[in-house]
Amino acid sequence: MGGFWHYLFNHPGEEVWSWTKTTLWLGALPVVIGLLIALPIGWLAHRYRWTYPPIVSVAGIIYTIPSLVLFLVLPGILGTGILDPVNVAVALTIYTVALLVRVVSDGLSAVSPETMAAATAMGFSGWQRLVKVQLPLAVPVIGAGLRVAAVSNVSLISVASVVGVTQLGQLFKDSLLQVTLARQVDPAVLGILLFFVIAFAFDLVILLAIRLLTPWQRAVRS
Amino acid sequence: MIRFENVGKAYEDGTLAVDDLSLEAPSGQITVFVGPSGCGKTTSLRMINRMIDPTHGRIWLDDRDTASINPSQLRRGIGYVIQHAGLFPHRTVLDNVATVPMLLGTDRRTARANALELLERVGLPATFAKRYPAQLSGGQQQRVGVARALAADPPVMLMDEPFSAVDPVVREQLQNEFLRLQSELGKTIAFVTHDIDEAIKLGDKVAVMRVGGKLAQFAAPAELLSRPADAFVAGFVGRDRGYRALGFAAAGSLPLSDEAAVTLGQTLRAARDVAQDGWALVVDADAKPQGWLALGGLADSALEGTVTPDLLNLGGTLATEAGTLREALDAALSSPSGRGVVVRDDGRFAGTITAAQVLGRIESRAADIRADTVQAANLGGQA
Amino acid sequence: MSAILADSGVTFSGVGKYLTTGSNWWGIDGLLVHIRDHVIYAAIIVLAAALIALPVGLIVGHTGRGVVAVVGVANALRAVPTLGLIVLLYVWLAPKIPVNHGNVLFLHRGGVPTFIAVVIVLILLAVPPILTNTYAGIQAVDPAVRDAARGMGMRGSQVLRRVELPCALPLIISGLRNATLQVIATLTVAAYVPGLGGLGRYIADGAEQAPAQGDPPMLSAAILVALLAVVVDGLLNLVQRLVVSPGVSGRYSSKHTSQPGVTTAPLVEAQLTVA
Repeated sequence: MGGFWHYLFNHPGEEVWSWTKTTLWLGALPVVIGLLIALPIGWLAHRYRWTYPPIVSVAGIIYTIPSLVLFLVLPGILGTGILDPVNVAVALTIYTVALLVRVVSDGLSAVSPETMAAATAMGFSGWQRLVKVQLPLAVPVIGAGLRVAAVSNVSLISVASVVGVTQLGQLFKDSLLQVTLARQVDPAVLGILLFFVIAFAFDLVILLAIRLLTPWQRAVRS
Repeated sequence: MIRFENVGKAYEDGTLAVDDLSLEAPSGQITVFVGPSGCGKTTSLRMINRMIDPTHGRIWLDDRDTASINPSQLRRGIGYVIQHAGLFPHRTVLDNVATVPMLLGTDRRTARANALELLERVGLPATFAKRYPAQLSGGQQQRVGVARALAADPPVMLMDEPFSAVDPVVREQLQNEFLRLQSELGKTIAFVTHDIDEAIKLGDKVAVMRVGGKLAQFAAPAELLSRPADAFVAGFVGRDRGYRALGFAAAGSLPLSDEAAVTLGQTLRAARDVAQDGWALVVDADAKPQGWLALGGLADSALEGTVTPDLLNLGGTLATEAGTLREALDAALSSPSGRGVVVRDDGRFAGTITAAQVLGRIESRAADIRADTVQAANLGGQA
Repeated sequence: MSAILADSGVTFSGVGKYLTTGSNWWGIDGLLVHIRDHVIYAAIIVLAAALIALPVGLIVGHTGRGVVAVVGVANALRAVPTLGLIVLLYVWLAPKIPVNHGNVLFLHRGGVPTFIAVVIVLILLAVPPILTNTYAGIQAVDPAVRDAARGMGMRGSQVLRRVELPCALPLIISGLRNATLQVIATLTVAAYVPGLGGLGRYIADGAEQAPAQGDPPMLSAAILVALLAVVVDGLLNLVQRLVVSPGVSGRYSSKHTSQPGVTTAPLVEAQLTVA
């Protein structure tokens, strides 16, 4: 492990820190924006059932596009430079939306018809019913999808270093290219550890948010 | 014969699902386990085919201790029907029914041929054979479930609330067909339900169980109604016990009155000639009662037409000669003319009877029973 | 749009030209060979992953034991930065394996350590979707159906083989499909490590040489990978239609239906990770 610490301290720490920051925002932003986009689309697929099959099919097809391909093609469509991290953010947002649309729709549909009927009978308007009854009850399902999206997004970020967008994935490049390094594995080990920590941090944050939003679930568990 | 011998089921935390159960379910008859939820009735049933193993006591199938038989072998020889049928969604109706024979080594062709016959037997057309369970209604699925349990012709059948997931009309239909089937097949059946009316209707013997897995009373339905063992059974059996008990009292030879009936298609004038108290009974060409025709207050000019079905009052129920006092009383009470219609076994009109006449019969029967009971008590005292 | 494309220096016309030039397809370094390699790698990896994940998933689903462990392992594997692990394994393995072994089967000179690293890591990637879908599919089988199967005298293995497995097939196959898609996609990334064939070769080489150009071979390969993914997914979809009972998929002729077909789509079908 000596060589490992040696690498970490001799490597410009500022560089690793700036890579970490890039990785963090590339991990967080697409999940938030993706959720905001997926909510109305998912609601649409739930509310108007005929839109469900086409929406879910399109989402599924988007999902089959390899991330590397998206990273490469997006600059052409967005007009951004190929090294622009915005490409990565947009690509991850697209994946998040594709994954969450179905989850949101299924989550909303899973709220029991009796509960919905009771809310209507008590005088909730359609909008109030959605915001105050249906969405809160769908939080566990949507949250589960969100956790998966966040964790897999983080591991996708490293791929962007192949096309040259600098973030923590750069450490893997270092491992491969810096043949002069005494212990070539060290940057890769550091990179894997940092990606793991970031992924679990995101997972934990979402998990805590779900807990806070669904106090009734804890009441049942205890 | 299924015999429970001091059977108990205790769970690891010490709770007793079934507590020292001893009873004998007679061969060729239906024994119903009934009680509130948590009374151990389903556990008792599932211990018979060792889906659950008892922690105390033994269960015998005729002279064999079930604990000595390999569970899979044991189950293949016992028909099993459950609440939602539990049909295999990936197999056609026909292959569902053929499951156990094929497990037992019957070749596919024979098993399917037999399955087709069984479908017919439970009242499903052959066109259903190639369908999948998801294409059937709940009642149809349950019929397939029964056919599947019968497929290997097991002498013993276990039925766990088989009819409780369907609507009341279909349930009654299934119950009646089940009784008809049983009268042909004569299986030894253990049947679980939470519905006391179903228990009384279907059971030759009824085991009432109470929470804690204790047997409260084991008796024939009529006895359950007339002599509940304790307050729990009395409460569980419920209201209207006296009236419902009449459902087990054979009507015997009732004092039927003759009644001149008109046939569909005859003139209304002819009907008025035979009417009593303004009501005439209408029968079809086979002398089967069709309904009552009201003639009171009709002017002569209105009597030119003929008797047609749409003029009839259909309110009255029919009692059969071989039926029960409950049927007879109900026929009299429900008849618009006050005269209950009694038919022969073949459905042809036999005669009418009034509520007062039925009540007279009920009174005299009750007096006989009271006298018998007193005599029995005296004999008991002497011994 | 075309103006934007021209501005960014990415020309899709260059891609069209590249893909319509016959010499780019044939030969030992042509597109066809790379597509073949891509498919061979993916097949080996998915088969190996299935050999591990299917039995474990079936047993966990059938017994209900080890669910917590399975979910934990699957979640942890999902967080693995695939590229990093491949690099790590390659860097660690490369010095231990002589590079001068020449061509082995479909592997290029010096490709053995890369191949081993990539296969191991991608198996780790492909296992979670197959594993979780398999156990979830088995667990989702209607308890009444399982109870009936036991009550009719099926032994545990018979219940699993004759009832639970056929009922769980849609989910199991969808897990296999997800795993396959991920493997096909991630193989392009894996080519970043030297010595691996497949369509990723073009992308990795192109990115290394002139990342700002978005050169035609690189973009062509990217598009071909997406096409390959769609085609393979379509084929697996076909397999799914063939092997799943109409009673489970609801694909029976509807004219006989007296009740709407019951679909068994679970809430969060584990159609989850991409590479």
